[in-house]
Amino acid sequence: MAKIQFIDFQGTARTVEAEPGSTVMEAAIRNGIPGIEAECGGACACATCHVYVNEAWVEAVGAPSSMEEDMLDFAYDIRPNSRLSCQIRVEAGLDGLIVHTPERQA
Amino acid sequence: MTAPHSTDALIIGAGPVGLFAVFELGLLDIKAHVIDILPKIGGQCAELYPEKPIYDIPGFPSVTGQALIDNLKAQIEPFSPQFHLSEMVVSVQSLGTAEAPLFRVTTDADTVFETKTLIIAAGGGSFQPKKPPIPGIEAFEDTSVFYAVRRMEALRGRKILIVGGGDSALDWTLNLQPIAERVTLMHRRDEFRAAPHSVEQMRALAAAGDIDLRIGQVSGLKGEGGVLSAALCRDASGQDFEVECDAMLPFFGLTMKLGPIADWGLSVHENLIPVDTEKFETSTPGIFAIGDINSYPGKLKLILSGFHEGALAAQRVHRYVYPEKRLTFQYTTSSSSLQKKLGIV
Repeated sequence: MAKIQFIDFQGTARTVEAEPGSTVMEAAIRNGIPGIEAECGGACACATCHVYVNEAWVEAVGAPSSMEEDMLDFAYDIRPNSRLSCQIRVEAGLDGLIVHTPERQA
Repeated sequence: MTAPHSTDALIIGAGPVGLFAVFELGLLDIKAHVIDILPKIGGQCAELYPEKPIYDIPGFPSVTGQALIDNLKAQIEPFSPQFHLSEMVVSVQSLGTAEAPLFRVTTDADTVFETKTLIIAAGGGSFQPKKPPIPGIEAFEDTSVFYAVRRMEALRGRKILIVGGGDSALDWTLNLQPIAERVTLMHRRDEFRAAPHSVEQMRALAAAGDIDLRIGQVSGLKGEGGVLSAALCRDASGQDFEVECDAMLPFFGLTMKLGPIADWGLSVHENLIPVDTEKFETSTPGIFAIGDINSYPGKLKLILSGFHEGALAAQRVHRYVYPEKRLTFQYTTSSSSLQKKLGIV
């Protein structure tokens, strides 16, 4: 299991356990993390599971695919460290990952 | 305004559940009209995941969103439902009684229906344009900021800033360029996910100096009394710049909002409509809610649950529409009268 910390826009941090192979979005939904909507259920089709990857983790998480970039165009308040959490797969190297949820998703 | 459509059932939402309700009503000799805010049928299946396989539709080990909708469309064809697309219901007025309900329903295109029953199959609500996070944007909406182009003429001779990188942004850049004083297209990156042909045309216009292409994001708006004079923008390196404009069209895709449903006098709880589990009727007799938009103990937001809910709601609709008739339960496999309705015999 890998630990993932979600910090909301007001600074409240919540840490959850995520199974390797699942996505960061799934970990959020399973644990009722507020601020992640995932309207489309993980199809990279709605941009409502948008997160900002903590600066220290940007490199480890990596860059979005071109399909994800396309979908990020629809996200609210996009920044250089924006990612869609349904496209970040949990693996051992991401144990301790910190992501920030935006003020709203749409 | 045209004469109202008089109907037995009006379905709001042309997603899988609304479409299948047409079938269940049709078997009971109830004709339906169907309204949807999107320009096409299919709801989330067609808008969010047309290519994505769904694995939990009974009888289909795997079916894509679009294929499911195409099949449902073929299945309900015998009942020739009338679709009213790109329209949103704005008001529902009760004209009848609890025993003999009648509703006057009006859309934003001024289409009026008089229907005995109303079936809300609106899923997550109506798809509406996403608004960009620009402080004070509300003050400019409908005068200088438009999320959709209803009438091109209203934009003739204006300095238009179009924001976004998809098909809507590109299509409107190409369509408005000939009639605008100036079109500026702004996108956060120098890559566009629109149809390659549109992107090519846009690049050619930019190269010829007929439009301005800027890479960046809008951070603020300048103007007074709802009249826009410029957009404050920032590029990827953090450099600020201004784009002079008197109209702005942001195209950031769609999101689902409950919308006017909240004002129809139904009880609504956390953006869902509570129903009973016998008839899937709301707190207002004659108004039903099926699919993702309803709630009841044990509710699962599955397409298959919505199909079941539509079948049961149709039974109750029948009693409102044909109060004198007794309904006998029949199977499509064996009933010649059902098969006749389906055009098989």
